[in-house]
Amino acid sequence: MKNTRILANIIRQQSLKMVHKSKGPHIASALSIADILAVLYGEIMSFDPNDTTSSLRDRFILSKGHSCVAIYAVLAEAGFFPKEQLGTYGEDFSWLMNHISHKVPGVEFSTGSLGHGLPFGVGKSLAAMIRGETWKTFVLLGDGEMDEGSNWEALMFAAHYKLSNLVAIIDYNKLQSLKPVELTMGLEPLVDKLKAFGCLVHEIDGHNHNQLIDVFKKESDSQPVVIVAHTVKGKGVSFMENRVEWHYKCPDDRQLGSAMAELGVKHA
Amino acid sequence: MRDAFIDELIIAAKSNEKIVLIVGDLGFGTIEPFVERFPDRFINAGVAEQNMMGVAAGLASEGCHVFVYSIANFPTFRCAEQIRNDIAYHNFPVTIVAVGGGLAYGNLGYSHHAVQDFALMRVMPNMLIAAPGDPMEVRGCMRYIVNNPQPCYLRLGKSGEACVHSKVPEIAPGEWVNIRNGKQGGGTYLTTGTALGLVNELLESNADLENWSLNSLPLWSMNTKKEQPEKLKYFSATHTVEDHLIDGGFGSWLLEAASAHRQLLTRIRIKSLDAKVCGMVGKQPCLNREGGLSLEGLCE
Repeated sequence: MKNTRILANIIRQQSLKMVHKSKGPHIASALSIADILAVLYGEIMSFDPNDTTSSLRDRFILSKGHSCVAIYAVLAEAGFFPKEQLGTYGEDFSWLMNHISHKVPGVEFSTGSLGHGLPFGVGKSLAAMIRGETWKTFVLLGDGEMDEGSNWEALMFAAHYKLSNLVAIIDYNKLQSLKPVELTMGLEPLVDKLKAFGCLVHEIDGHNHNQLIDVFKKESDSQPVVIVAHTVKGKGVSFMENRVEWHYKCPDDRQLGSAMAELGVKHA
Repeated sequence: MRDAFIDELIIAAKSNEKIVLIVGDLGFGTIEPFVERFPDRFINAGVAEQNMMGVAAGLASEGCHVFVYSIANFPTFRCAEQIRNDIAYHNFPVTIVAVGGGLAYGNLGYSHHAVQDFALMRVMPNMLIAAPGDPMEVRGCMRYIVNNPQPCYLRLGKSGEACVHSKVPEIAPGEWVNIRNGKQGGGTYLTTGTALGLVNELLESNADLENWSLNSLPLWSMNTKKEQPEKLKYFSATHTVEDHLIDGGFGSWLLEAASAHRQLLTRIRIKSLDAKVCGMVGKQPCLNREGGLSLEGLCE
């Protein structure tokens, strides 16, 4: 795989192109997680695009399924399927649907309704623990998604069963669907809450690749790991950053050109 | 029924290491033999059904055949979306086991009355409904489920249902199980779930019904409707009986299965629970009688 920074840039470019062509929503949510994905797929996780069911692979679950363009981009780049397929995103009968789908090679689990990915990942971690296998399960969640009670049920369970092979990453971009998190359903003190639930918690800048690499390489003895990744929704495209409307809006031709220029490419 | 279930699960788990049992902090007096024998394949998920179903899906995605055990509406309505999205959509081998189908927990109140569960579960593609009528059918259903892992909803009674069958019947999806032959070309009762005992008692006690057959249908699903018209053709009338509301229930399922066959539709009559029992409290026979499921009620 490429250098993680180059990979993150490609994820952002491809995400913008898919959303623009399909006129779909959720671009800012995808830009928010591009660096986390680039580090996971470029540096941390074990996987084989030619053997997607290998028992040794690390498992990745995207619980905030609406950010799927970023995953489709990284999977195509990693060789799970031809990059040309990305052009079919959101089209009639495409398997690249607008919420992440297990019909796509390399995708473990379909989500779209929030609060489903972590319990599922906990089940996978439990299976690995029962069998004494060493692979890890990574679950990427949104911050708004932490409103869901099922996530807190899952954290309790993971701590009780000492699932140290589980790594949950919270994409803490502080923006929900209508308003900032703190004006919607305040999460703070988030780190304290997660620690009180029995998790080993790390807090990092979710766009800093060195911090991401370091934190993913840390091991846990007996606790599930939660990484609170402080991020910026819309990261990398200045006019989309921290703007609630880009949860829904789709860039027009001119905006796509501006966004691509900010990413260092001329868009034809 | 509960004991027959756990007994069959233990028999299967001896030779099948994929079998895992998860409970939602319930099962006292039933699950202990499994727990003692297979402590590493038993998980109490606590009182957290959404997570329990997600965990079951995750385990199943790694090759486990997961049985999730709870009572009444807790493993169905409480976590319906987890069943729909995480289990049925992905076609994972999870068997959801609900004890106390119908009004078995009658005096525990409406929260514990499972009289709409078929309606919820049968609208999910890939979901197999297993509603055995007696302990022998429980064993027959379990043997099918264990050998054919898939998303499944197993609905059990709890009241020490007597055996109607003298041996374990062969059970397959969509296939009627014959209990009693009446007159050729006559009518049949067709039950699913624990209504079987009541109808069997009716036919044994009522000489006027000697021409009637009795069949049960323990395994049924969205995918097994197409076989039903052929079976309906054998009988001049088919009266379905179930301890569930008519809305979204078993009889309604059969009507849907026959909907393209006008001449068959008129042969079907549905006996189900009257919705007036919703909110009533009483022991199961009392509430069933109020809802229309009694020897007298069946003859009306």
